[in-house]
Amino acid sequence: MSTRRNCLVENDWICGEYVRTRSQELIDATAQHIGITAASVALGVLVAFPLALLARRRRAVAGAVLGLTTVLYTIPSLAMFSLLLPLFGLSAALVVTGLVLYSLTILVRNILAGLRAVPDEAVEAARGMGYGPVRLLWEVELPLALPALLAGVRIATVSTVALTTVGAIVGHGGLGTLILDGLDSTFKAQVLTASVLCVLLAVAADLLLLGAQRLLTPWTRARRPGSDRIRARAEKVAEPA
Amino acid sequence: MNAIPGAWDWLTTSANWQGESGVWHRLGEHLYFSGVTLAVACLLALPLALWLGHIGKGGALAVNVSNVGRAVPTLAVLVLLTLTPLGEHGDLPTLIALVLFAVPPLLTNAYIGMREVDRSVVEAARGMGMSGGQVFRRVELPLAYPLVMTGLRSAAVQVVATATLAAMAGEGGLGRIITAGFNLQNTPQVVAGAFLVAALALLVEGVLVVAGRVCDPSPAARLGAGGLGRGRGAS
Repeated sequence: MSTRRNCLVENDWICGEYVRTRSQELIDATAQHIGITAASVALGVLVAFPLALLARRRRAVAGAVLGLTTVLYTIPSLAMFSLLLPLFGLSAALVVTGLVLYSLTILVRNILAGLRAVPDEAVEAARGMGYGPVRLLWEVELPLALPALLAGVRIATVSTVALTTVGAIVGHGGLGTLILDGLDSTFKAQVLTASVLCVLLAVAADLLLLGAQRLLTPWTRARRPGSDRIRARAEKVAEPA
Repeated sequence: MNAIPGAWDWLTTSANWQGESGVWHRLGEHLYFSGVTLAVACLLALPLALWLGHIGKGGALAVNVSNVGRAVPTLAVLVLLTLTPLGEHGDLPTLIALVLFAVPPLLTNAYIGMREVDRSVVEAARGMGMSGGQVFRRVELPLAYPLVMTGLRSAAVQVVATATLAAMAGEGGLGRIITAGFNLQNTPQVVAGAFLVAALALLVEGVLVVAGRVCDPSPAARLGAGGLGRGRGAS
């Protein structure tokens, strides 16, 4: 039987021959996808953290920052990337900038919620022991806010993996570029393979971050699992999709 | 950096607003896609979510459907549906994709809204002799209303965004102005289209915020139970 040769010719949805012959193309697209997602989330955390600290200080800043990031989140992804076109041209920097702006909504909210949930007693005790503001932040407040921060990073990462595909409009969409090219040439195997890889990437990233969360915050596991689940739900409500 | 004045020129040229690929026609398509699919999604998701919330079952489904929705790329679903035999039926793939992505926020928020209603309030209502249906209509639904509206807003914004992406899969709507601009390497047109899409999304969000306040069935309830206050703050 020559079914193996035929699946490319007959344009089947599932085609092992496609995966074998174009594996380099798939690896390159996946690598670009991971690179764009990782850069976006990392930059997002670096920008969101000082914003959350500022927002914690002043109520007016908090209102402005949360309002602005919500407005950014409302802008559809294709429009966001297009509005950045005059600034960045057809580049990966354009896609990363757009994705950073999206991730801010979730990250700032979660970091702020984490910092606000630090018990007053812990802060008082640290001050009493002579901790300065910087040491207080790094050694007391940040570790206590870490579970909320990491929950935000997980949500932001999963949605960033999905949104990266839209970068295909400027030719830097990782697996999204393969999906869009597959549409133009009605190449079913390419579209399905790239789509499945994209979902797998999101799931893998989520599990990886869940593992990191468990490793970094072992004390959260000691609590009853039920209470954690309730909190996880509350966080989802807080997220303005 | 002459893209902004260029976009302004594009927007103020009346020829760009007329005809098959003009702004008015594309806006009409966009609103038609968005309106129909949002209505269908509400009809599918809200009764199910409110019922599940009322009987207190199916929480895992209602919450996880949002996580799945977040992980699946909209573009991939649009392209996949377009390449299936459904693609021969004109707008159908787009309409299906739009409904699929509008359902998760509606389902999750309405369910959580119902479950976050203070149990003691429900107990009290039952103690007063209210039937299941009365508790649902007079107690649970008004108290869940803010989160149901949050879900509706999220779904509406999602639908407007997805309808924009439909242009990348060859469909109509305002996104088509953007993709046509990319094909023509006409940056002012890309920026003008993006501005129109962003303005529409923000307008839809704004209108729904106002509508939600105007239609709120329980203005007095907001002063009451602490549980509700928390729910509102979180949304």
